Amino acid sequence: MSFRARVAAAVFLAFAAVLPAAAQPAPGGQLRLAIQAEPKSLDPLLAADEPSELVRHLTGGVLVRLNRQTQALEPELAVKWSAAAAGRKLRFELRQGVTFSDGSPFSARDVCHTFQRVMDPKIDSPASEPFRSVKGGIACSPDGNHAVNLSLGEPLAGVERLLDDIAMQSASGNARAVLGPFTVAEHRAGSHLLLTRNTNYWKKDERGVRLPYLDGIRMELQRNREFELMRFRRGELELVNNLEPELFDRLKREAPAAARDLGPSLDSEQLWFNQSPRGPLPAHKRAWFTSGEFRRAVSEAIRRADLARIVYRGHATPGVGPTSPANQFWFNAALKPPAGDPKEALARLARAGFRLEGKVLRDRGGNPVEFSVITNAGNKSRERMAALIQQDLAEIGIRVSLAPMDFPSLIERITRTFDYDACLLGLIFSDLDPMGQMSIWLSSGPQHQWNPEQKAPATEWEAEIDRLMRAQAAEPDRQKRKQAFDRVQQIVAEQAPFIYLVYRNALVAASPALGNAAPVILRPQTLWNADRLYMKAPAQVSQR
Amino acid sequence: MRRLAVRGARGLAWAFLAVLFISSLGAGWLAPAPPEKQFREAPNSPPSRAFLLGTDDLGRDRFSRLLHGGRISLLLAPSAALLAVACAALVGGMAAFGGRRVAGLLTGATDLTLSLPWLLLLIGVRAALPLDVSPPVSVGITFAILGLLGWAAPARVVQTGVAGILSSNYVLAARCRGLSWTRIMVRHVLPNTRPVLAAQFWSSVPVFILAEANLGLLGLGVTEPMPSWGTLLRELESCLTSGQPVLAQYWLFAPALVILFAVLSLVVVFPSEVNS
Repeated sequence: MSFRARVAAAVFLAFAAVLPAAAQPAPGGQLRLAIQAEPKSLDPLLAADEPSELVRHLTGGVLVRLNRQTQALEPELAVKWSAAAAGRKLRFELRQGVTFSDGSPFSARDVCHTFQRVMDPKIDSPASEPFRSVKGGIACSPDGNHAVNLSLGEPLAGVERLLDDIAMQSASGNARAVLGPFTVAEHRAGSHLLLTRNTNYWKKDERGVRLPYLDGIRMELQRNREFELMRFRRGELELVNNLEPELFDRLKREAPAAARDLGPSLDSEQLWFNQSPRGPLPAHKRAWFTSGEFRRAVSEAIRRADLARIVYRGHATPGVGPTSPANQFWFNAALKPPAGDPKEALARLARAGFRLEGKVLRDRGGNPVEFSVITNAGNKSRERMAALIQQDLAEIGIRVSLAPMDFPSLIERITRTFDYDACLLGLIFSDLDPMGQMSIWLSSGPQHQWNPEQKAPATEWEAEIDRLMRAQAAEPDRQKRKQAFDRVQQIVAEQAPFIYLVYRNALVAASPALGNAAPVILRPQTLWNADRLYMKAPAQVSQR
Repeated sequence: MRRLAVRGARGLAWAFLAVLFISSLGAGWLAPAPPEKQFREAPNSPPSRAFLLGTDDLGRDRFSRLLHGGRISLLLAPSAALLAVACAALVGGMAAFGGRRVAGLLTGATDLTLSLPWLLLLIGVRAALPLDVSPPVSVGITFAILGLLGWAAPARVVQTGVAGILSSNYVLAARCRGLSWTRIMVRHVLPNTRPVLAAQFWSSVPVFILAEANLGLLGLGVTEPMPSWGTLLRELESCLTSGQPVLAQYWLFAPALVILFAVLSLVVVFPSEVNS
């Protein structure tokens, strides 16, 4: 072997010895991130706001976990499960040898205790909502120490995915005992929340190292997003979720490796007209807003591509229906967003009896078409979208006045007084399954925002949506459910009760110092795999 | 020499104000584009021949908006300041003149006004307004509210100033000579209170311009697509917190500079007592 070959072999061996060790995650270190609001409750069964849900995700152990990356359900504390009697009976076989953070063993008794708490009306857990709509509710019975049977009064489609929200609790009464990777170690109201490693966590990595790798996660209360980003840039935080497009672009310029645009999220922005008969609207306005042709013409006149490009700086996708393309299974790919064509919109309006006189659109009665749009003041993106929509609709002779207002006043108007013409707001979805949207699409639902809580469907198309949503809720076959929900999406696109504008992209930032970071569009975007995140050694960071 | 410099400064101030008023009033002719026109292919553009001060985040010509915004800010902010100072003069003057009881009552009212949570009141005002109120009406209401709410702090200053004048030797001498209160008021108190009122007036103008910008967060103020100097100033916010060099987008400072020079010019031109 020549000298050169010997040197090359030595170098190769040196790298071979060093590289595997460098690539492997080492336990230790603390992850720091900011939260914009205090968690309202640390009881996992009461989590309804985003920070509380994040804490639940990081501390709670669940029977079945939705893999945020593949969007498939995976076994967690239940190693397998089966359904019988048309989905009314479910049997879960539990993982053995699992202990709570306090050292007590996890058994079927704990599962039934948790479901008892979920269904306790005194606790009023948000997790109980889907089960309460089922006649006869849900009953849990242990079958030995390591299996449970759940019985439902009637079939509930996609019930397994609801278990992702139900963190198991100890029947021994120790409310602090958890089964997730972290436990709450310290909570200082107005300052921070510190989670530390659950040393009894059951998961191990491929090498047999007990997870999580991190010693702890420090969540600091930081309401100002500008400061949050500033701290990230200084290296004081390792993760940022849900960045505003402006801040994202700024970070992208300075640290391209840290900023990640994950593509369209599930969150939508939409405009709707008030169709509630309880609202104090003049008859001619009510006639416009209840006309499908009018709503569709407005939808067709809006240039969604401009909204995505100008307001969201390209970090949004034009919308057409309630389901974002990010929802891989339930998205109806046959629907295409309108291009924003004023001529097409005017032709449709002409067919519905409207006419353009000079620069003013008038209805059959000669009334000039003008309406106000309310939105929450201070939300820059919505205010900008409203201004663009104002100009788009001015092109077809519609005068739009903008009325941004504080959020409580806006909620009062859209839920109690119904004293508004149109509203521009967004919806945040965390559930992929259409079952999570029942309260929106059923005409009797409280979130059927354009005309909520109807005693009987006001229109034929709403009656059809009611039928389809109920049918898919009782259907165990996933493909048949998909067909029914595709039709719902099609009706919504045709009737435009919600004029979907854009789906916001999920914009996050992850420090290069963080290993295994694999942000996804589903919440918690950067922390869904928190048990596998690790802090890299400084040498590893510089290698990148 | 000093007199020459003062004259020069005053001349410059007059010229600046004249240009500002003429360009604002003639914005319809002078502005290269309508203030609400969105050039959607050119949002956030830097200054160029087509857009002298660049475009905002919706692609609107910033220079045109600055000219049109001047109409609102130059006319309505001084009007609101005038209203506030008139109210302050009335309340402060009455408190100083009216004896201990009246003074106690009005001082209490002033303290109460200063301590009230005006944010809630303004939210209430917005909730009471019809939704489809047109932008000019919304602007008018906003500045009227600002004027009506802004009297309390100046009233305290006026009260102290008038009380000082009333206890001065020349008023005492006038009273000794048997002059009526009306005559004392017209000949001595009002002329000597003028500098105080003028100072309050000029310091209120920029405050109201900025207050109008902040009211936008409550859904009050100048609504889209109307521009005002206050709303244009809001663009600076992101520039100052961006972490980039402050002057990287120097053209965003144009409205701030215009407001600064407008107020300075007004102070130089009008009440010489304030300067002295």
